[in-house]
Amino acid sequence: MQKEKLDFLTAKARKLRDDAIEIIGHFGVGHIGGTMSVMDALTVIYYDKANVDPKDPKKQDRDRVIMSKGHAGPAMYAVLCDLGYFPKEWMTTLNKNGTNLPSHCDMNKTPGIDMTAGSLGQGLSAAVGMALAAKIDRNPATIYCFIGDGESQEGQIWEASMLAGSKKLDNLIVLLDSNRMQLDGPVENINGLEPIVDKWKAFNFFVQDVDGHDLAAISDAIDAAKAQHDKPSMIVLRTVKGKGASFTEGVANCHSMSVPEEVWRKETGRYE
Amino acid sequence: MTDEKEIRQVMAAGLVEAAKNDDRIVVLDADLMSCHATKCFLEAYPERFINVGIAESNMIGVAAGMAAFGKIPFTFSFAPFATRRCYDQIFISVAYSKLNVKMVGSDPGVMAEANGGTHMPFEDMTLMRAIPKMVCFEPTDATMLQKALPQIIDYPGAVYIRMFRKKTEKIFDDSLDFKLGKAVKIRAGKDVTLIASGIMVDRALKAADALKEEGISAAVVNMHTWKPIDTDAIADAVKETGALVTCENHSTFGGLGSAVAEVVVEKCPAPVEMIGVVDSFGEVGKQAYLSEKFHLTVEDIVAAAKRAVARKK
Repeated sequence: MQKEKLDFLTAKARKLRDDAIEIIGHFGVGHIGGTMSVMDALTVIYYDKANVDPKDPKKQDRDRVIMSKGHAGPAMYAVLCDLGYFPKEWMTTLNKNGTNLPSHCDMNKTPGIDMTAGSLGQGLSAAVGMALAAKIDRNPATIYCFIGDGESQEGQIWEASMLAGSKKLDNLIVLLDSNRMQLDGPVENINGLEPIVDKWKAFNFFVQDVDGHDLAAISDAIDAAKAQHDKPSMIVLRTVKGKGASFTEGVANCHSMSVPEEVWRKETGRYE
Repeated sequence: MTDEKEIRQVMAAGLVEAAKNDDRIVVLDADLMSCHATKCFLEAYPERFINVGIAESNMIGVAAGMAAFGKIPFTFSFAPFATRRCYDQIFISVAYSKLNVKMVGSDPGVMAEANGGTHMPFEDMTLMRAIPKMVCFEPTDATMLQKALPQIIDYPGAVYIRMFRKKTEKIFDDSLDFKLGKAVKIRAGKDVTLIASGIMVDRALKAADALKEEGISAAVVNMHTWKPIDTDAIADAVKETGALVTCENHSTFGGLGSAVAEVVVEKCPAPVEMIGVVDSFGEVGKQAYLSEKFHLTVEDIVAAAKRAVARKK
């Protein structure tokens, strides 16, 4: 990746993390851990790869981005707001009465959200449906779908992946946010996923295992995924839950935590 | 008189026909294509038929994704697996997401016969009726389904179709004026109204004949759409006859009897007797045996009608 682009994406990811901290901070509590861990991959997709248009959020040939781990809504909102899908004023409204930015992604409330999620495991099936529909229509859309590692304990993830592999959906790129933590603790202690690369290979996916905070590596992995024929892709993003905020990174209980005003203002340097 | 056509054939042929001019229509099944006679759709539109294998939850999620992409998916499974097995997926991925998916659940109630208790849904309409905005429809015969299908396709939202697969008693001819959500009054009466759905319509008509011989004038209304329910038809029935009997091949808990009673107690109080399955699991057996066991027979309806009439002041 060219240095200029890498610098741009690095700065953008930093800015988006601060936006997400602020979005959650205005409500005072939220799913900050899994929001921060997906931010680098989201940045690469939206600012380097995806065919999307904030002025025409429903255009039929757009790429779709499905946040199946729907509690990372604030990460989506940081991106969509920055791109101009909705006014900046909405940033202060997360989860407040009558908001268009609910905790979990809602396609009927937030412009730019392609699928409602929140009941874990369901977004991947919808992504598979979109990929099938795109194939039927000869539509060039790429379907990106983020899933969590805790979420991967849901049986539906494996029903959906089996079908995607069987139907050779090479327009589907699934990104596993492998931050290794779920609400109650480490994934491997609760109901472990490893060897996760082997599992997805066994489901007939083209699997890449990358540092989920290495922007250039994520970009290369997406390019390699898009170059595949006859296989859907899995990009295992090795991430750190809460990455990029001093009060969350490496903190055990950061799945959902309180974010008091003095904390988020100090973290972001935003006092106005 | 038994119908010439199987309902499933009418459904499958109707979808093939509609799909000619509407490329939004796609069909999904979970390894029961042979039971639903949808092979003709696969042959006509191989790319638009997705057999997901034995994975109903995934089928509903995939259908939701296809609907979000602009398709009108029809999903097929046996009714318990079309509803109970994938309830959260229907609730969140389809209904809460306001997506346009049509879900067909086959072999309703005792018509599951030899597949027995595991496959015998008495609660599917109760479950689906509890989902906000879900349209719940049980076609009475092949003619009704044929007329309903274009309306179901045109309706921009989720619909559950509780469908017997094979040949039913023929109730309607081509003169049927069908509207989704509007009950069909088949017979007028003065003393009591039998409000029936599905296979129970034919039994209600036979019960009305029997009641006539005993000097009781029974109206028969076919309430094919359980939700949104036709409140005007219920209010009219109360006004005209003053007593109701609901007849369903389904649990009375949350089913047609409940849906009618909800209207009656709020808007037009009157005696209501319910014919339906009461707090029971299904079991294997011929439908005639099961109908007796669960008190779904013509004689049960006649007795209920007499009780309803006796309760009138």
